[in-house]
Amino acid sequence: MARIIETATGSVERSDVDPVTLDLIENGLRNARYEMDEVLFRTALSPGIREQHDEFPLIADPDGKMVVGQFGLSIPDFLDGFDGTIEEGDVLLTSDPYACGAAISHANDWLVVVPVFHEGRVVGWSAMFGHMSDVGGKTPSSMPTDARTIYEEGVVIPPFKLYAKGVPNEDALRIILNQVRMPDWNRADLNGLVAACRTASRRVVEMCERFGTATYLSALDSLLQRNFDAMKVLLAMVFEEGRTLSFTDYICDDGVGYGPYELTLSLTRTGDTVHLDFTGSSPQAHGPINYYINENLTRMFFGIYMITVADPQILWNDGFYPLVDVTIPDGSYWKPAHPASLNGRNHGIGRVFDLFGGLLGQTNPALLNAAGFSSSPHFMYSGHYSGGDRKGEWFQLYSIGFGGIPGRPLGDGPDGHSLWPSFTNIPCEYLESYYPLRIEKWETIADTGGPGLHRGGNGVDVAYVFEEPGTIAIHDDRWLTYPWGVNGGHPGARGTKWIDHPDGTRRVLPSKCHDVPVAPGDVLHFVTWGGGGWGDPLEREPSLVALEVDRGLVTASGARRYGVVLAEDGTVDAAATETLRDQLRADRPAELPVFDMGPPIEELLARCEEETGLPAPTRPVWV
Amino acid sequence: MSYRLGVDVGGTFTDVLLVEEGSGRTWRAKTASTPADQSVGVLTGIGKACAEAGIDLSEVASVLHGTTVATNAILEGKGATVGLVTTRGFRQVLQIARSFVPGGLAGWIIWPKPEPLAALQNTVEVDERIASDGSVVRALDEDDVRAQLTKLQGRGVQALAVSLINSFADPAHERRIGELAAELLPGAPVSLSSDVLPELREYERTLTTVANGYVQPQVKKYVTTLADQLRSGGVAGELAILRSDGGLQSAGAAIGAPVTMLLSGPAGGVTGAVWVAEQAGHRDLITFDMGGTSTDVGLVQDLHPRIGRETKVGDLAVRASSVDVRTVGAGGGSIAHVPELTRALRVGPQSAGADPGPAAYGKGGVEPTVTDANVVLGYLPTTLAGGEITLDVEASRAAVSKVAEAMGLESAEAAAAGIIDIVNENMLGGLRLVSVQQGFDPRDFALVAFGGAGPLHANALGRLTGAWPVIVPPGPGLLCALGDATTSRRDESARTVLRRFADLTGGDLATVLQELAEDAGERLAVQGVPREEQTVGYQVDVRYHGQGFEIPVDVDAGWLADADAALTRLGEAFDAEHDRLFSFLLGVDHELVNARATVTGPAPDVAPVALPAGDGDPVAAEVGDHTVYVGGEHVPAVVYDRARLRAGDVVPGPAIVTEMDSTTLVLPGHVATVHAAGSLLITPVEG
Repeated sequence: MARIIETATGSVERSDVDPVTLDLIENGLRNARYEMDEVLFRTALSPGIREQHDEFPLIADPDGKMVVGQFGLSIPDFLDGFDGTIEEGDVLLTSDPYACGAAISHANDWLVVVPVFHEGRVVGWSAMFGHMSDVGGKTPSSMPTDARTIYEEGVVIPPFKLYAKGVPNEDALRIILNQVRMPDWNRADLNGLVAACRTASRRVVEMCERFGTATYLSALDSLLQRNFDAMKVLLAMVFEEGRTLSFTDYICDDGVGYGPYELTLSLTRTGDTVHLDFTGSSPQAHGPINYYINENLTRMFFGIYMITVADPQILWNDGFYPLVDVTIPDGSYWKPAHPASLNGRNHGIGRVFDLFGGLLGQTNPALLNAAGFSSSPHFMYSGHYSGGDRKGEWFQLYSIGFGGIPGRPLGDGPDGHSLWPSFTNIPCEYLESYYPLRIEKWETIADTGGPGLHRGGNGVDVAYVFEEPGTIAIHDDRWLTYPWGVNGGHPGARGTKWIDHPDGTRRVLPSKCHDVPVAPGDVLHFVTWGGGGWGDPLEREPSLVALEVDRGLVTASGARRYGVVLAEDGTVDAAATETLRDQLRADRPAELPVFDMGPPIEELLARCEEETGLPAPTRPVWV
Repeated sequence: MSYRLGVDVGGTFTDVLLVEEGSGRTWRAKTASTPADQSVGVLTGIGKACAEAGIDLSEVASVLHGTTVATNAILEGKGATVGLVTTRGFRQVLQIARSFVPGGLAGWIIWPKPEPLAALQNTVEVDERIASDGSVVRALDEDDVRAQLTKLQGRGVQALAVSLINSFADPAHERRIGELAAELLPGAPVSLSSDVLPELREYERTLTTVANGYVQPQVKKYVTTLADQLRSGGVAGELAILRSDGGLQSAGAAIGAPVTMLLSGPAGGVTGAVWVAEQAGHRDLITFDMGGTSTDVGLVQDLHPRIGRETKVGDLAVRASSVDVRTVGAGGGSIAHVPELTRALRVGPQSAGADPGPAAYGKGGVEPTVTDANVVLGYLPTTLAGGEITLDVEASRAAVSKVAEAMGLESAEAAAAGIIDIVNENMLGGLRLVSVQQGFDPRDFALVAFGGAGPLHANALGRLTGAWPVIVPPGPGLLCALGDATTSRRDESARTVLRRFADLTGGDLATVLQELAEDAGERLAVQGVPREEQTVGYQVDVRYHGQGFEIPVDVDAGWLADADAALTRLGEAFDAEHDRLFSFLLGVDHELVNARATVTGPAPDVAPVALPAGDGDPVAAEVGDHTVYVGGEHVPAVVYDRARLRAGDVVPGPAIVTEMDSTTLVLPGHVATVHAAGSLLITPVEG
């Protein structure tokens, strides 16, 4: 338990804050939070943060409750796990999920926490974590797909003072950076995280000076209360008292031969509070896909879904947390026992989007999206240049792939986009300038988005031609289970990966693999999955289907899944379309299912090898 | 006597400012804009201004014009149908759009994705490939090009954009496609990405090239028509168009690269602000241009506007040099509302626009706007624009009362004050973006306020930022036209170099920059500015090797003379800038990314005006009394007519200074001093 040293005595009296001042402080906090992003993006070196923005900031009140941010990591849990004093000028760092109550969820994430002092007392906290492209360990990028313990996943930093009263602990940093492959990247990214947190601290102090500490702190209380009040109303409006909703989705495999893992989430409202319960989910995985989730993170995901359509301008915060109880079974996929491996938890985090969509959408049509591109699949390529000016020089690429946004109540899902906020792909020209590879194709694949009144977005095929020998690693999922459709929409297509060798042979790769050797001329196809469709595809405007065929986003044969028949010249054959649609309607149940998950799991497993070219995984069991 | 004519076309009004070069005397004309054909309004305005000055149109030496034709084409979605040619495998580059989804977590649920500027069905890909080092991986298959371009025939393509992978390293394939397109798609102007933006990053380059083609036909039509009409109307002088970076270019150059003029409008404001600030004795300033629906802010250091590499218009962000103005989606017409769920006070982004406009305009608007809040507080006199618009105070009060009710506030005044505080806070956010967040302390800058609503809010923003004095130029609504008339000719050449300092010599750097300067200088000479009158400026984008963002650094021509030390100087300059922006340095090698040369013609010889000196007492300009609500109470304020103020007059706050196109609010505890050059300088009273 951390001991906070404050030189100021006495407490700050809370006062009433007029509503306008409250909104001014809300605005100031929002600006400070975006400024944190800006500082980090512009200074980071590793591609994960620099180009893809894999980072999350927050500003908290003196108790550690998030008053602004988007990915509530838990400062109270962090402080619980920190044994020591905290003083003005300190900067804390950790990368150990097990030491901070899963405030971060794998060792690649470095979490910086800074106490904000003003006039001798703590007036808040700023914190930010970012994904380091490499933290050492047995494989480049530090995400071995066969890891069974966290000890195989590189350097794991316990909570410690990177700066004590403003003085950096250079020795500790040297020891840490000695473990990693690209220390320049880590150092720059870490500098950026610290600079961003310090910027936020300055903004908080400025607000204390401008409005007075008492007013500032009282405003934080009111902002938290505002979320609480808003959520209370929403919960009562959306969820029927006593009715339990439940939804199950899957992670296809764990990298070491087990799967699919069931992710189950139930919700029941009793009075003002709702209970989120992960009971029924699979046991912790053998491989590194466990997603050690924090209770507060669960609340945050839940809340964000609830509020996005109600008042998107609201300053998002922890205020409503008392309204949500969370149960996470020990030893489950969501709360594995130390030292379970965690590196590949990106699928779990992503799948939470689908899970909440499927759960909350059952009573809230505005949130009922189909299953989308619920991951952030990784691709790594590294090695030494074998010749030329750079002979012997090490190269290491870490990048994130994108796929289909699902069909939504709002409309079609964008093709080849990100579910994660502010992520962007790395430009082809950048990759070709800095890495020994060429990209032959970077396009979305027709028909991979699930048909629906609102079409699911297409998945992407990126074809990498390697120019130097090296190794690659892949972290992906949804190769076995389908991105489901809703309200009569069909599932999207699954993802797949393969290498075409120059001799004409093809090798299908598992969706999770590392240290796969590649040679010059090998072509990797990294094919991601499409989003599910939303609504009845037979209701989609035929001329829109024809236009999408013209655009190459749907094929002429794919158009038939919408019951649309095209003439030779690409225009809609109205008569044939009507006939086909009548026939398709006659051949299906009158009542369309809310969820179309594709074939049952048993059937998927039975046909796995034949359909995917990969052996079927073994289903995990609780022991 | 020689005359320069500045012309700025806004959404509602066309402003014309005629300047007599030697004396600096000016004549203004304001006429209604004519959106169907803007040139009609422009000619009317020019005629009016010349009549006022009593000169013949043939005496006008040059017409200098900031225009929103290109911007509007994008905002209104009325540009050309653009065909796009890409490298095989990259046809969907605009569809994928870097995979970026704006907003926060779950933001994708409510994001409507805009359609690409070049439709996917009008995009073809051709068989060819160039590597990142410029070597040819696959030669251009001309038969394939012909076949693909043939596909575009009959699709109504009005402009063609060509953007091939790595064309910044070798433009040969793009050029050949351009030649073939001239045969196969005659009449469609061709934009090559290697001409428009020879820089790395295929999406941004493609988008910028397509944007160029998208606005080109309209720009061409407009500029050509205007030039023709000016000539047939008897104007002997030539037409020049304001670039987004604040320089002027010939009509021909504008037609060739219209993407350089997307921010022509705001650039006029910034150059105008620079001019008036200099006259008032200030070289470092922040510009604050508040209009009806949005507000533009920018920063000027030592009379040089900060130039950004990105131009944003609506949702569209293209790569083109422009004055680094940031836009806040709030202005006088922004609507205040209180969401039921959170009971928070929000201002904007919805706007009442010009129609129906604020409730005060009496045109059917009932929603409370920022203007209505100003009316309720007494900050706006009851008539505007020289008596053309009478304000309906009761309608404003009724609209603002809705906010008071929803928030449980005791009076309409309290709600109005809240609306003003919130909108000022939004503005402050914008001002911070260009100052604090770029490592500048706003207290080191003056704040130049213009646009219809800027002078009303400027004093409050001076107080929030500490940027003093607040400078309100004469004719704040005409500042863009003034900027058009007082800026210089400019052209620019740029290209990606992408080399670590370790692999580069000072000599290489000098060669690249001098080549670019030669290229740009040649073009400016063609536009009529002889080489010996041009000034050359060098700038490069540098980063630490591996960073994803570059920082622009000015290169002193003197550094290039000493090849051994040039890179060291450059590295030091970059480090200083990095330290200022982010407060730390890295020990890794520097990397040169882009190089640019800007050539500028001589500054026009325009003398400043000089107001007759007064005795410090503004009493002669008093036109009435008014009650304003400030700091929670009603206090009496004096209303002054700006036209009657004299140099040296000191107007004590609270006061309202009115003029034809704008109203300035001076808060209690502040004074506005009238500068001889015509500006009001607002400062806090000492003590």
